[in-house]
Amino acid sequence: MPLVLNEEQRLLRDTARDFLASHAPVSALRKLRDERNPLGYEPQLWRQMAELGWASIILPEQYGGLDFGFLGLGLVMEECGRTLVASPLFASAVVGASALLLGGSSAQQVALLPKIAAGELTLALALEEYHHHRPTRIATTAVREGDDFLLNGSKTFVVDGHSADLLIVVARSAGEESGPEGLSLFLVERKLAGVSCRRTLMADSRNAADLQLDNVRVGAHQMLGEEGNGWAILAPVLDRGRVAIAAEMMGCALEAFERTVAYLKERRQFGAPIGSFQALQHRAAQMQADIELCRSVLLQALSVVDEKPGQLPILASLAKAKLNELVKRVTNEAVQMHGGIGVTDALDIGFFLKRARVTMQLFGDTGFHKDRYATLCGY
Amino acid sequence: MQELESFRAEVRQWLEANCPASQRQPITPQEQYWGGRRGRFSSEDARLWYERMRDKGWIAPEWPIEYGGGGLSDRQSRVIRQEMKRINARAPLYGIGLWMLGPALLEYGNAAQKQQHIPAIINGETRWAQGYSEPGAGSDLASLQCKAEDRGDHFLVNGSKIWTTAADKCDWIFCLVRTKPDGKKQEGISFLLIDMDDPGVSTTPIALISGESEFCQTFFDNVKVPRENLVGELNKGWSVAKALLVHERKLMAEMGSDSPRKIVAPNEAARTYLEFDNGRIADAQLRSDLVDYDMQMHAIALTHFRGFEEKSSGVSSPAALVMKYLGTEAEKTKCELLLAILGSRGLGWEGEGFTPEELDTLRLWAMSKAMTIAGGSSEIQLNVIAKKVLGLPQPAEV
Repeated sequence: MPLVLNEEQRLLRDTARDFLASHAPVSALRKLRDERNPLGYEPQLWRQMAELGWASIILPEQYGGLDFGFLGLGLVMEECGRTLVASPLFASAVVGASALLLGGSSAQQVALLPKIAAGELTLALALEEYHHHRPTRIATTAVREGDDFLLNGSKTFVVDGHSADLLIVVARSAGEESGPEGLSLFLVERKLAGVSCRRTLMADSRNAADLQLDNVRVGAHQMLGEEGNGWAILAPVLDRGRVAIAAEMMGCALEAFERTVAYLKERRQFGAPIGSFQALQHRAAQMQADIELCRSVLLQALSVVDEKPGQLPILASLAKAKLNELVKRVTNEAVQMHGGIGVTDALDIGFFLKRARVTMQLFGDTGFHKDRYATLCGY
Repeated sequence: MQELESFRAEVRQWLEANCPASQRQPITPQEQYWGGRRGRFSSEDARLWYERMRDKGWIAPEWPIEYGGGGLSDRQSRVIRQEMKRINARAPLYGIGLWMLGPALLEYGNAAQKQQHIPAIINGETRWAQGYSEPGAGSDLASLQCKAEDRGDHFLVNGSKIWTTAADKCDWIFCLVRTKPDGKKQEGISFLLIDMDDPGVSTTPIALISGESEFCQTFFDNVKVPRENLVGELNKGWSVAKALLVHERKLMAEMGSDSPRKIVAPNEAARTYLEFDNGRIADAQLRSDLVDYDMQMHAIALTHFRGFEEKSSGVSSPAALVMKYLGTEAEKTKCELLLAILGSRGLGWEGEGFTPEELDTLRLWAMSKAMTIAGGSSEIQLNVIAKKVLGLPQPAEV
């Protein structure tokens, strides 16, 4: 794992950057927000992203995938972070595709992966039940009834929950309320009877929803993986999601930082560019140092997904914790260094600030991942 | 890659056969071999190990063979270092001649200078001191005043240099001297090599807060330095100085991950000195500080690795420019963390009632304060990042 991109990877990144700059700039998200778009993303853009192969980057060729590896997906996620692209990429191409790839039966893979690869089928992971990421604290029940299961419970902070075609519901078929044992995963069509959905408008103007499951009946063949052993799939899926969202956070932080550095060179006060003042220079330089660290951590975390999955848990927590801290610091400084204009809605910086806060909670906040890192280190 | 792996196998085999068991133990400061006229081996094994490495060309594996180096690539040299680290092999030779002057001389020295000085470094004949800072020129290094008058066949040097590491044990000193009093301050500086046995050179150690006095002040009183000891062009010494500083900063950045002194890692100290509750450190603040430190070091190690890979692949990146700042700040954090973990056991200055490691921890803590000052303070490093990486406008000179 050389932590240096090869030519193919650089090409993918550059293509993504060019495409998104022209087709999905920050103004596209602003427009979705201002018009209160009910879907929350542009289907036309998502089709184009799928045509570029982004929905299938990690999928094998037999399912119509690019089989380009997780690092490639991370590079595209990072570019999406730069322009705050609203799309099903994270929920479907990262989380959904990984869940099916790691846990799906061959029948499920054959039926669903080609549609995911083509961008025709979107997914959402219905996991959280609490206002902090607690992936094993699951009260939603799955009770066997003949060949079926009846699902009951409620879910919150479900990314793309109101727009996805298919939900992956984490439910408890056995075990204690806060343990990893006894969890089962189910593929549930969002429009199935008993599923009710309320879109939640979040700070970042992106898609999330609360879900209610009332006696939702699903066949046993809709189970993903083994009964009671859902954690074996969910744990690596969450780690992949953490690394991918960390990549998006990197793009978000870099863009906010670069816009800020440009402003430091342009804005004049006291007869000089404010970027010549050491108080600002040192804070900017410290952010650059943090960016360098995060770049290495992120590349390593993206690489181990395919190359050394045994190292994924500790690197996923390192990456998520480090990027949480980076994006918080950089977006706060971006607002502060822009001064008064930084708190206006007219400037895009506020969009980066708000998206940062949502991504910081997604799949584990800083405290969650520091605690996990310490536990994995044995203390 | 295949070739590198077979090279690794050769290195492993050679080290296995040639590195004495006693040279695979953590080294104390007294056991380090620094060369020079006052250099002493701590044991026959240490001498044997040094001589074998010297004859193999692996004291400086990437230097040219004609000067006693190994003539190897950066990647091959890294393999040697990795394999040495794997078996905890001691460095056979220490010194800023090896780490800093040698690389700069290979780049800027003339053939005679290289022939005179580079084999002498590898052969352990010369121990070098560094003469950069002056009492009135610290962070503002370019304002240095130690004067060298051009007298045709020689320079007449007058002034003093401070923080000359172990200068009382060194044979030669490389100095930045002022050869032009007027004009832009960076453009009147030259780089001179001075024999410390020359009449008029004297050195006094400086007592530090750590209780040690590894730094000295060196005085020059009408010292005659032959003209052939000028490295690079007259008044162009600042470029040599900057190139050498790159090596110094790289070295300091890596000290945390590859410390020449034995110091316990904070997470190991935690097992000895802290209470645990169900496998977790009971003190929430210390646990949080420890995980912050461990994550930071993990990220720094990955960034060192990335920086090396980028350099080897010819990719330019700002990573190298941020490492001195990050590495030395982390080293200071580590020492503060160790003191906090050791509690009152970390506060012993000397004598009975404390283990040698506990006493060492406090001394290292005091010494670590110099890390973010020497070699360009952290504030200077941030200035450099702001200018070189971010391209921010320079403040008006005051």
